[in-house]
Amino acid sequence: MSIALRGPGDDLMHRRRSAMSDPGPSGRFGRFGGRYVPESLITACEELEEAFRDAWDDPAFRAALSQTLELYAGRPTPVTPALRLSADLGVTLLLKREDLTHTGSHKINNVLGQALLARRMGKTRLLAETGAGQHGVATATAGALLGLGVTVFMGERDMERQQLNVFRMRLLGAEVVGVSSGSRTLKDACSEALRHWVAAADDAHYCIGSVMGPHPYPWMVREFQRVVGEEARGQCASLLPRAVPDVVVACVGGGSNAAGTFAGFVDTPARLVGVEPAGGAAVAGGEPGVLHGFHSYVLQDEDGQIQEAHSISAGLDYPGVGPEHAHLADTGRATYVSVTDDEAVAAVARLARTEGILPALESAHALAWVLKAAGTPDLPAGSTVLVTLSGRGDKDADQLARLI
Amino acid sequence: MSTRPPKMSMGTLETHLRARRDAGQALLVPYVTAGLTADWPDYLRAYADAGADAIEVGLPFSDPMLDGGTIQEASDRALRRGATPGRLLAELSTANPGVPLAVMTYANLVFRTGARAFCERLAEAGVTGLIVPDVPHDEAGPLSEAATAAGVDLVLLAAPTTAPARLRGIAERSRGFVYGVTVMGTTGERAALADSAGPLAGRLRELTTCPVLLGFGISTPEQAAQACAYADGVVVASALMRRALDGATPAEVGADVAAIRRALPAG
Repeated sequence: MSIALRGPGDDLMHRRRSAMSDPGPSGRFGRFGGRYVPESLITACEELEEAFRDAWDDPAFRAALSQTLELYAGRPTPVTPALRLSADLGVTLLLKREDLTHTGSHKINNVLGQALLARRMGKTRLLAETGAGQHGVATATAGALLGLGVTVFMGERDMERQQLNVFRMRLLGAEVVGVSSGSRTLKDACSEALRHWVAAADDAHYCIGSVMGPHPYPWMVREFQRVVGEEARGQCASLLPRAVPDVVVACVGGGSNAAGTFAGFVDTPARLVGVEPAGGAAVAGGEPGVLHGFHSYVLQDEDGQIQEAHSISAGLDYPGVGPEHAHLADTGRATYVSVTDDEAVAAVARLARTEGILPALESAHALAWVLKAAGTPDLPAGSTVLVTLSGRGDKDADQLARLI
Repeated sequence: MSTRPPKMSMGTLETHLRARRDAGQALLVPYVTAGLTADWPDYLRAYADAGADAIEVGLPFSDPMLDGGTIQEASDRALRRGATPGRLLAELSTANPGVPLAVMTYANLVFRTGARAFCERLAEAGVTGLIVPDVPHDEAGPLSEAATAAGVDLVLLAAPTTAPARLRGIAERSRGFVYGVTVMGTTGERAALADSAGPLAGRLRELTTCPVLLGFGISTPEQAAQACAYADGVVVASALMRRALDGATPAEVGADVAAIRRALPAG
């Protein structure tokens, strides 16, 4: 099927461009990506692609976004050497602190970019899907900041599990719509947001929360998250004798913090490692497929019915993975590994006790791989490693209290 | 009806629909979700008896992005009953309703099997048309080739917002019929036929001699008759599935189809 889906010349076109650059009008990353949406959404996707290209080439838009990220979201975020944990592990561990941004995760970088773009396009409303509620909260925040209405679609099962975030979104002025179809989780919230967008594209922008969805979303969201990797690259240069870490690690659900992080290092010798949850490892356990408008690795049965992911971390509980990650895995430029729920929980506790930092369960997956790999051939003693700490763990306190 | 390009490799579905259309008949294509009930093939026979010109058969997918609440519910019910594409196509192959069948499903079920193998399986089951709403015109090349090779007509959808150049491409590539989506929205019943239905059908009929059918939100005999003033025919889905979900028997839903048939011009 992969051959059947590949457009003629796509590979050649791709080889001419450097890694993690503009995928071009086909929205292909190698054989992955594309725009598998109903005809009713094609015009909206084309308008968005054109608007993003125009804005991204416009210094005034870039300046407005940079200023908002600095004055509102708290960028740049620091890179913190984890000194005690480094000593324990025998490696030099640096943490890119997205947990210190406003709203507490990297999600704000993308949301502010898309909200500014939506306003520039004359849209008055933002639509968003959310799993754990982090992207929903970030979208509600950006909507409040820019005076845009916000409707967040959330699976009813997730609403029960994340009542605090539902309350936060409503406090920020957003409408939260419960989704009762299918598994009543993130994948169903995505489907429902897409359905709503078909009817609302005139005045609403669909603010997708990760490097997924139809072209131009995977590319656009990666560009809005690129700031994570580019900042970290500069910060590593001043902290490390050899300027670039040996290994760069990030957790992967849809894969937005990893995409932004990797974009800053893809043209360096650094090894790139994406860490998936064992219960939702689309790269390791999925097969090529089409879901929510893009072609990538997807957890599915032998007939092609989508399977649910099962992770302790709601933010990683998605059966697919961004198409550019599928391509980076195929080409071998990045490696994808997985860790278990228990390993992630243990990593939260370890970082909290050694560094005084409470990471989100999602981010703890990246850290858990480092804890496991340190001192092995995967991460030999003396290595330098950068982990993107994509979010803070306050939101998980209730859940952790029941587990630890 | 100015410049109508000749069609290539027309399949059974299109040949059949063209003949009926050219005889003056407004085309009626009712829908059923395969696997909805144990006796779901009986809906096919009831529809054929009620005067359907072809039947659209939904192969249920876990995440039907373009479907509203009714078809979602029907798909969920079929999947919970253990429906699989293989089993449903086997049941379809012995149903023999006597009118052409077009399968509607989503990209992942097609590509999981492989476009060529999937289309061959359809052909073996006696299916002569295929509708895949999340494979738009730009992504349809390989699937279109696979369908043609298997003798299956790949039906493409057109929307009210589709730009003129795109619409031309869709009209040229679509086989069987061109599926005009009347509303910017998902499948589902609507109180009135959308204003965009007429202009879309008109634009499409300028571009192709292939039958142009309107669908989405056509629920009543009156709406169907109104749509057939602009187009060659209609697809009726959610209104029938709502009745089936509420327990209507194949004969009862067939009577609904017959009522729509009576409201339409006959050849």
